[in-house]
Amino acid sequence: MSTAARESALAHALLKRAPLWQEAEARARRFSRGRSDDAAAAARVADDYRLLAHDLARARALLPRSRAREYLESVYAAVHATLNHGDWRLGATLLRLLRVGIPASMDWLRPYLAWAVALFVLAAAAGYALVDRFPELIALFASPDLIASVESGKLWTEGLLNIVPSSVLSVQILTNNIVVSLFAYCSGFLFGLGTLYILGLNGLMLGAVFAFVVRHGLGAALATFIVAHGCVELSVMCLSGAAGAAVGEALARPGSAGRIAAFRAAALRTGPVLLACAALLVGAGLIEGFVSPDPAIAPAFKVAIGVGYWLVMLALLAGWPTRRQRANS
Amino acid sequence: MSGTAQHLSVDSATGIDVTLPIAGIGARSYAFVADWHIRLVLGLAWYGAAALLYNYLRGEGLSVAPPGANEARWFGIVLSPALALYFLYHPVLELAMRGSTPGKRLAGVRAVTRDGAAPGAGALLLRNVFRLIDSLPVAYGLGLVLVALTREHVRCGDMAAGTVLVYERSSLAFAFAPAGAAGAAGALDLATAELVAELLARWPLLTPPARAALARRLLARCGRAAAELGSLDEAALHRALIEATRAAGAAP
Repeated sequence: MSTAARESALAHALLKRAPLWQEAEARARRFSRGRSDDAAAAARVADDYRLLAHDLARARALLPRSRAREYLESVYAAVHATLNHGDWRLGATLLRLLRVGIPASMDWLRPYLAWAVALFVLAAAAGYALVDRFPELIALFASPDLIASVESGKLWTEGLLNIVPSSVLSVQILTNNIVVSLFAYCSGFLFGLGTLYILGLNGLMLGAVFAFVVRHGLGAALATFIVAHGCVELSVMCLSGAAGAAVGEALARPGSAGRIAAFRAAALRTGPVLLACAALLVGAGLIEGFVSPDPAIAPAFKVAIGVGYWLVMLALLAGWPTRRQRANS
Repeated sequence: MSGTAQHLSVDSATGIDVTLPIAGIGARSYAFVADWHIRLVLGLAWYGAAALLYNYLRGEGLSVAPPGANEARWFGIVLSPALALYFLYHPVLELAMRGSTPGKRLAGVRAVTRDGAAPGAGALLLRNVFRLIDSLPVAYGLGLVLVALTREHVRCGDMAAGTVLVYERSSLAFAFAPAGAAGAAGALDLATAELVAELLARWPLLTPPARAALARRLLARCGRAAAELGSLDEAALHRALIEATRAAGAAP
């Protein structure tokens, strides 16, 4: 038998197994979508894997440019992914993120968080000292409207609800905060410098505006306005800054793994925290739209909401709601 | 695992690597442009329909103009959903479709992790968060430059999330080929079976004279008489090709 005839015969024999490949594909698809938990069928997927590996090796040699080989490659990849990574369920994936991803990410971020908080506090103190000593510098940090309002003895937040409805205000605020927070994180891509700049600038602005408001006797009113939403909002700013700094450090000091690998590892470790930040900012935005500007709500109640929401944030980040389940598992 | 210019190779326990063809800048751009049009049309359609209904119910006739004052209902019913459709399209659909979107489906690509699996929720969200950087300074400039320059054609979001865009091979296109060839012991040889399958797959893309000529040549290889083929029109040739694969044991 000539080589060509032999190869042709082998190829024919190989292609006769196509129905088996199609069955293997269907089985892998059922498992990957979580539509089957049958142990016997799972064992067959493992058998499929071996069969496909064998047939693919032959197809690569005998039919390198055929669609049969292409098809086998795709089925083999699907079965490989199913066996090695299990099924993919959106609910379970999000739950795993909440139970494991966010607490683990927070543990890793602790030193970065300490640095981010220190930077933010120092910048705020610097901004406060600067405007307290040189009030005219407020023009660098605040808009002319804000300055005029405070100089006339009124906070710019007074009567806010007469101009913009709470729901509109909330959505505008939470959208803006989420974008700023995500941007603070993504700016870590510039070796962490972008993150440090955004964190420092925000701290500086907060301190400067506070100093200016205090000089005009409106410090308590601003604190009352901020307390309900600010505890979480400012914490989230520091958190996303910490995550951005971690990404920046991975790029600046990648170690032996290489820059892209270090960047990827840092980004994947910090990603869950960012998701938590976005979710927390939705709540903070709603509070800022509905609670903070409402003069009918007592300051003590605003403090309770602010502290309560901050504790919820701590619980979420530390994984307290799922701690017992994690311990059991 | 490793990647060459065109393929992502993943080690496997069997010793046979899994290879996934990496999508280049063209396929990525095609997918993005398709998705962009879909989300734009969806957002505009929502805005238009909701605005018309909103203004009509308020007795202001058929108009899409926003009300003069900031109205919470307008914001909640008309504007917010339209913006959400536009801005949350990618993260929500990628989560729901395991790394794919309608545009990616159209371009035949999907996002996978570097070990060939569907990315997790964290990776998919991260991939989308970094669109903020990839879209700088305008029109995804940085993202395009990175895709063009990197070996695996990845943008910043993919680097962060550890994902790669790979081509999805369609199993439908294969339905004729192997089975036709598998049963080809009598009627069709392997090469002819593959060619017949190719021709049937490309039938709509070819001009009528070209596909008729190719069909006659292939059917002649299948043993049909030249005189008989000469009298067949294009539709009859197409039927004859399908019958040839069926006779050889295909599963059309």
